Amino acid sequence: MFHDLLIGPFADYAFMRRALVAVLAVGIIAGPLGVFLQLRRMSLMGDALAHAILPGVAAGFFLFGLDLWAMSLGGLIACLVVALLSGAVARMTSLKEDTSLAALYLVSLALGVLIVSLKGSPRDLLHILFGSLLSIGQDGLILVVTTAALSLLVFALIYRTLVVECFDPAFLRSVGGRGALAHMAFLVLVVINLVAAIQALGTLMAVGLMILPAAAARFWVRSVGAMVVLGSALALLAGLLGLLASYHLDLPPGPAIVLLAGCAYLLSVCLGRVGGLAQRLFPGRHLQH
Amino acid sequence: MSRAHTHPMVPAKQAVPSVGPQDAVVDLANVTIAYQRHPAVHHLIGSVRRGSLTALVGPNGAGKSSLLKAIAGLLPLNGGRIEIADRAGLAFLPQVTEVDRSFPMTVSEVVDLGHWRRIGAFRRLSDDMRERSRGALADVGLRGFDDRPISSLSVGQFQRVLFARLIAADASLILLDEPFNAVDQRTTRDLMALIATWHRSGRTVIAALHDLDFVRANFPECLLLAREPIAWGRTSEVLTEANLATARHLADDWQSDAEICAA
Repeated sequence: MFHDLLIGPFADYAFMRRALVAVLAVGIIAGPLGVFLQLRRMSLMGDALAHAILPGVAAGFFLFGLDLWAMSLGGLIACLVVALLSGAVARMTSLKEDTSLAALYLVSLALGVLIVSLKGSPRDLLHILFGSLLSIGQDGLILVVTTAALSLLVFALIYRTLVVECFDPAFLRSVGGRGALAHMAFLVLVVINLVAAIQALGTLMAVGLMILPAAAARFWVRSVGAMVVLGSALALLAGLLGLLASYHLDLPPGPAIVLLAGCAYLLSVCLGRVGGLAQRLFPGRHLQH
Repeated sequence: MSRAHTHPMVPAKQAVPSVGPQDAVVDLANVTIAYQRHPAVHHLIGSVRRGSLTALVGPNGAGKSSLLKAIAGLLPLNGGRIEIADRAGLAFLPQVTEVDRSFPMTVSEVVDLGHWRRIGAFRRLSDDMRERSRGALADVGLRGFDDRPISSLSVGQFQRVLFARLIAADASLILLDEPFNAVDQRTTRDLMALIATWHRSGRTVIAALHDLDFVRANFPECLLLAREPIAWGRTSEVLTEANLATARHLADDWQSDAEICAA
């Protein structure tokens, strides 16, 4: 029973083993990045960036078909352009950044879907929007795992600076900290990990494993370090269980994984020890001091 | 070394403090800092003496914050130069509203940031540094608060934590941006006592402040700013009715079609 449910699928099928490695690689770094998107109040920005990938991926698809490298490169370029543009639009015009992000991501989505349907079938479109985790190939796996490993390394290098940059950027710069550099490196990490996750989760779902586990983690622990670890663990768990659910219940894996992360978030909102609903509604007897 | 700057709009400017070169901690040479091309601070010349305790006063929008940030190296200059004798000894206290008070950090983690120049992004805190941090917390009256999350503190307690961070930093040049905004009276009194001990131990302190009576009572030197320097020197000579009236007049004088400054 236990074996059939949890181990069997991976023992029996190579595609499930590849999918597992891919989703674990995506998840282990997505959680920590999501924590900092949240701490910088940039969750919406992450979402907009993920949408912005679409027209780039679509352009790659239009020119070269379902080719991993062409689509990833297209996504990377589009994402970087939007990251730079949105900052510039917010700084140079009177539009607030949230409006400019919303505008950018609506246009991106429309443009992306349009380009894909010019050449491909609805099936291709589904692949691009929601990923093709179960048919991920050798190249895709190498891309995802290499990105995750390098990202973890860079993340460890910028971690302390990034924490202080979020908390008190002026002080950090006054004592010679390289806050702006850490912030730039962080943005680049977000972008390349979104692009790497396209294969596994699709352009629309890629950001889900960043935002949801991190948001859930904040309801349980009080330090950044604990949030990073818990966010990572929740993303890994959602990846594993989502993949199994998709196998046993015949669901598309990307949405199943993100929905499970969503369940973890919902439970945390309700039951979380740090500012969860239950704690607000039933605070218990007050303390003496 | 320094000379009074003359400008047609400013009558009877007082000489800026005359300081020998070896005594100057901060030297401002015709400093101009702009915000959307309008000067936030205009042609400021003068020096801050080592060990001095200077208040930076002026109406809202006078450029106090901009000047402190420029000295701390956080804002680019549009003109002139700022020379700092010992940049590694500089510490800056931002306005409390510019710091994220809901951030998931403990009190001791914030105080330990004072050691940044010694540990940077990679090195470990030594036991000595931890000891210093604990001592600093005791100095600001928060002994035993080490493991409290900062989100549970009042504004006054939080400002005490930021002062403890300054103590841990062991800076020789301390810049304070509105340190007593939104802070209760008792905290203000305690923190002012701390600033006085820094002054007695020979550190240089520059603080942007609002309350003129408080400045008269506690700060021997004063720079009155209204986007350009009105007066700089002994507090009693700077904060005169005439100077304050000039400052008010200049601060209100924002013209969207201002001409390019030729000075």
